[in-house]
Amino acid sequence: MKTNDVILQTTTKLIFFIIILFSIHIFFAGHYAPGGGFVGGLLTASGIVLLLLAYDIKTVSTALPINYTVMTAIGLLVALATAAGSIIFNVPFFTHAFDYFDLPLLGKQSLHTAMLFDTGVYLVVVGVTMTIIQSIGADD
Amino acid sequence: MSFVYFIFIPMIVALVIPFLYKKVSGIHTGWFVLVVPVVLFGLYTTLLPMVQKGEAHSSSFDWIPSLDISFISYIDGLSLLFSLLITGIGSLVVLYSIFYLDKTREQLHNFYVYLLLFMTAMLGVVQSDHLISLYFFWELTSISSFLLIGYWYKRDRSRFGALKSMMITVFGGLMMLGGFVLLSIMGDTYSIRELIALAPELANHKWFVWSLVLVLLGAFTKSAQFPFYIWLPDAMEAPTPVSAYLHSATMVKAGLYLVARFTPLYASSEYWIWLVTGIGLLTLFWGSFFALKQTDLKGILAFSTVSQLGLIMSLLGAGAISFHTGVEDNSIFKYAAFAAIFHLVNHATFKGCLFMIAGIIDHETGTRDIRKLGGLMSLMPITFTIALIGSFSMAGLPPFNGFLSKEMFLTGMRSISEFDLFAFDTWGILFPIIAWIASVFTFVYSFYFVFRTFTGKHKPELLPKQAHEAPIGMLISPAILGSLVVAIFFIPNIIGDALVKPAVMAIQPFLYTSTSDIKIHVSAWHGLTPELWMTVGIIVLGYLLYLTLSKWQPLYSKFPEGFSLNRLYDCLMFLSEVGTNRLSRLYMSGYMRSYLVYMFTGIILLTISTVFIQNAFDMSFAMISPIRFYELIIALVLVAGTVTILLAKSRLTSIIALGAVGYTVALFFVIFNAPDLALTQLVIETVSVALFLLAFYHLPKLNRHENRMKFRLGNALVAFGVGVTVTIVALSAHSQKLVPSISSYYEETVYTEAGGGNIVNVILVDYRGFDTLFEIAVLAIASLGIIGMIKLRLTTKKEVNRNEN
Repeated sequence: MKTNDVILQTTTKLIFFIIILFSIHIFFAGHYAPGGGFVGGLLTASGIVLLLLAYDIKTVSTALPINYTVMTAIGLLVALATAAGSIIFNVPFFTHAFDYFDLPLLGKQSLHTAMLFDTGVYLVVVGVTMTIIQSIGADD
Repeated sequence: MSFVYFIFIPMIVALVIPFLYKKVSGIHTGWFVLVVPVVLFGLYTTLLPMVQKGEAHSSSFDWIPSLDISFISYIDGLSLLFSLLITGIGSLVVLYSIFYLDKTREQLHNFYVYLLLFMTAMLGVVQSDHLISLYFFWELTSISSFLLIGYWYKRDRSRFGALKSMMITVFGGLMMLGGFVLLSIMGDTYSIRELIALAPELANHKWFVWSLVLVLLGAFTKSAQFPFYIWLPDAMEAPTPVSAYLHSATMVKAGLYLVARFTPLYASSEYWIWLVTGIGLLTLFWGSFFALKQTDLKGILAFSTVSQLGLIMSLLGAGAISFHTGVEDNSIFKYAAFAAIFHLVNHATFKGCLFMIAGIIDHETGTRDIRKLGGLMSLMPITFTIALIGSFSMAGLPPFNGFLSKEMFLTGMRSISEFDLFAFDTWGILFPIIAWIASVFTFVYSFYFVFRTFTGKHKPELLPKQAHEAPIGMLISPAILGSLVVAIFFIPNIIGDALVKPAVMAIQPFLYTSTSDIKIHVSAWHGLTPELWMTVGIIVLGYLLYLTLSKWQPLYSKFPEGFSLNRLYDCLMFLSEVGTNRLSRLYMSGYMRSYLVYMFTGIILLTISTVFIQNAFDMSFAMISPIRFYELIIALVLVAGTVTILLAKSRLTSIIALGAVGYTVALFFVIFNAPDLALTQLVIETVSVALFLLAFYHLPKLNRHENRMKFRLGNALVAFGVGVTVTIVALSAHSQKLVPSISSYYEETVYTEAGGGNIVNVILVDYRGFDTLFEIAVLAIASLGIIGMIKLRLTTKKEVNRNEN
């Protein structure tokens, strides 16, 4: 007998985006307020887990056709590239650079290479969490 | 000429022997090998005139210059004598082996490669002036001897004998290395000559006696002295040429060489004199006594070798006494060293010859068992003649060279009680008595060896083969040695001047400045001295004992086997193999629980004892913050959660309590102002509890019985101990902070240098981003590992497939 999950699925559709937005907020705020790549990644992953709970693995993988192992690899690559990029400018490995810019619409903002590194962390965390949960979930 | 390179010639020739064996199969490989020792023998004889003048030849090449290690070939009288023995007897043995070993049935390339390797090793041992290269060659003799004893590797006894000799000689070799290292530290040089020059200073060093004992252990194991002689009888499983060469004439004399070489260094010590003389004499007696118990021809010869080596050893010890008496004193101890070297040469001739005879008998009759042999005199007349010469020389009868050295030996032992140092004047009286008794037994076993084999009744029905005279090629080598035995008796002084005196000069450099100072003249007739009467006594008593041998020989079987040294060795081997195996099985239980108990107990003991030995325990509450109400409440919840985990009956309860503990920790993070940690802890705790539930759900039905954790007192004690340890360490560490925290630097620079506000995150990605980089790598590896474990289950896949089919 198939249960009717309409309430769960409808709420999920709403809450998923809130979770994702919150995770993005936490990810970007990380440099100044609590948060960062790690927690941001975990929250994004939990949003996707919510989708998995409301629907099933097949539906979610059609909706989000992401290979999470590749995502992990890309994350590692981004982190490593950020760290190694400083070598080009003849400064030690892992030297970050930052400056303040006046961007249109957003006003005065700081741009920081640490953010790129954090993106790597974010991608790895999402990738790893989803890989673990999906492979355990898909296992019979 | 640089003689140091000649040491390596046999080894280099050994490289081409296998090719010659395969390509030139028509000719016995031994003929090619024979060239090497003959040429070397010729080369070394060119040095004879030089060493007779008391000079020495030295040449070297660097091996590891930065560590001051080099191959130094130092040829004086002693090393030349040994080099000539090695190459000379080596030539005869190779010649003999050509007729002894069959071209088609034996693996000759192995045999000759090992033999040549051994030749290099022996030449290296006797010529090295460098301690480390001496040790290098010393172990090479052990290894090549191991290979030669185990030559017929398909026989159990061969492998056992090879292993036994390896174990004992390598044990001694390692001890000797220890002695060498101590010597090189004491003298700050590796050169033996320089050490000898430093001998008076070294004698007062605190390690002097240690190095002495260790070096002697090396010499005693190699030269088969009591109680290490047990490997030699078992080494008789080797082919007879090997026994003749290694286990009578050369390798077992390496220990004697070592003692002789280090005599100038250690002679000042009474331990040296007592140990070398005492052990030598004990070995002499023991070996000669038990030789009569043997029924195997080579067994008799092995015990005889042991006993004769003991004789030479005791003479070397007596020779060291001359260090204390001085040159003016016309004491007999000056003669002792001469007698030792002289007997060493004599022994090499007659024992090599006797081993070859034993090999011939084995080869022509098919057995070496003396009980089956007899009456071979008329069948093998030449062999008998040579055997008679060798045996009579061994027994110390005129007109053979053994007589001369035996007389000198008796003189040496008789006068040892006149020596008034180190309590020799009281205990010394035992020495000539033991020596005399041992000589009687030597006489008896020499007769036993030759007459039981060649006279009496011929028993052809017991022999595997039809006995007949050996081929002429096989008889050449023993004939040469046998004629040397006789020749040395008639011209002892030529040998004495050419070989023995330069060697004595090397042993007793503190006595002589040139070889002409050694005024020793060997004469076959030395007057009606007490020694002569002792010899007469030996002959009379020995002959009586030989005649009544069948009456008292059964007494040997009355000796309890259980107390023999072989039994001790076997027990040691058994204990080291089975005993340690059992021991490790005792504590390597295979249970994770016991290993954890070991580890935790180790942690407790190490930490607690360190804390108390270093007096590091300190409890001060000066830096402690006031405890707030919330903290108390949360701590109580935490403790409640922990206790629930331990006492819960169901695993589900434990999992949930574990989650409660995790969330409480997150609460702690909140009230201790760590928002990032709190966030992460909450999410991670949720994920891990979910994973625990998953694991719980998949537990096999059988193992799911809901039992409370069993109480084990040991576990509880260890757990309590670990808790107390960690608490003590935490309290002590908190009470004594030696350096201020680095965190103020982060606080000051987080905005100006790193352009951020969240210190935690900035530390993670900027100050110490390197750690983070590898932590995400750890995560990635964990996820790949999980994929691997779940998706790549090869065994279950196959089972599923089989079920489907």
